[in-house]
Amino acid sequence: MPKITLTVNSEPVTRDVEARTLLVELIREDLGLTGAHIGCDTSQCGACVVQVDGAPVKSCSMLAVQADGTDVLTIEGVSPEDGLNPLQQALHEHHGLQCGFCTPGMVMTASALLRDNPDPTEQEIRHGLEGNICRCTGYQNIVEAVLAAAKTIRG
Amino acid sequence: MQDFSYHKPTSLDAAVDAFESLEDGIFLAGGQTILPVMKFGLAQPSGVVDLSAIGGLAKIDVSGTTVSIGAMTTHAAVAASKDVRRVLPGLADLAGLIGDPQVRNRGTIGGSLANNDPAADYPAAVLALGAMVITNKRQISAEDFFVDMFETALDDGEIISRVDFPVATQAAYAKFANPASRYAVAGVFVVKSGEGVRIAITGAGPSVFRAQDMEAALGKDFSAAALEGITIPADGLNADMHASAEYRAHLIGIMAKRAVEAANGNGGEK
Repeated sequence: MPKITLTVNSEPVTRDVEARTLLVELIREDLGLTGAHIGCDTSQCGACVVQVDGAPVKSCSMLAVQADGTDVLTIEGVSPEDGLNPLQQALHEHHGLQCGFCTPGMVMTASALLRDNPDPTEQEIRHGLEGNICRCTGYQNIVEAVLAAAKTIRG
Repeated sequence: MQDFSYHKPTSLDAAVDAFESLEDGIFLAGGQTILPVMKFGLAQPSGVVDLSAIGGLAKIDVSGTTVSIGAMTTHAAVAASKDVRRVLPGLADLAGLIGDPQVRNRGTIGGSLANNDPAADYPAAVLALGAMVITNKRQISAEDFFVDMFETALDDGEIISRVDFPVATQAAYAKFANPASRYAVAGVFVVKSGEGVRIAITGAGPSVFRAQDMEAALGKDFSAAALEGITIPADGLNADMHASAEYRAHLIGIMAKRAVEAANGNGGEK
């Protein structure tokens, strides 16, 4: 079995994995980090999004062996110890989630978007969230939350 | 997913050797098509040859006449390249419309072209710009490269190393995207260069194709108005749950006009 070494939320991880193991399977089943959700399992919904070397990816459509040598960030690694980060806080305040199933993926995608584009337009946010499907909110409050978070982060 | 042996060569030659040692091997680029296909059991390779550790395959080189994109370059890297945007903005725009951000962060131009999905975006740019596909063995012109649905001129075990796009005076892409997958229901890439006008259409037929009637009309008058009354026959176009052949034929006309307007700097479909 291939041996892989990576970091997940800054913790070093070394594992022997079957080549067919998906990154999301490693994260959820082996590491017990269940915040990345398996929604559609067909690369459409974005509930499983994590960041690999800072880039949001669908962890159901990437092999664990492809993450060898990378730095992986999941939803479990984004909050400060004493609460929520500005994007999570904005989602809370703007009612940007209802059932919450899509939220981890939304946060992982939108936080990378705000890092690369600190002052996005509404249109840029909507384009940036095209890979994340939400069946509750109709997106309006998610977009408002990302706009608000951008303002908070810019200060 | 059925398990497989995993190979990660560091050179093109070693990749070919690994592939040839396998009973039923496949190459893995970004994996945004092949991994979902393997999860469905529609492909069950005995071994996977990962091309990501081969040096020099993810380079973008831009000169005054050519945009050269390494096969392992992601769509996100092409979309974000200031050099590509400076000399061939239509190509950067196209890359930024492929799939969604997560797919663009993994998916590669080489993987997309080798797969030749009838609804993929890149084939339209490759054919309209008259790009050259360079492999570990030879150079293949765009006209020869795309053969049919999911079929290319690549031999078994042949690997794309880069794609060379000639720079055009004006070039733009417009597509009508499936709202879930973002694949092209119909996508039109239009190019105006010193050699004339070329239009390539993806998503609508079994494989990318050119529209000579539209090219002739735009050669005389490069404006959306010049396309008035020119129709593409629905015969032979794709019909599926997403759109009928007639609807795709209609969309080609609309997307062609939008692409011309975008090429002329008057905005266009995003």
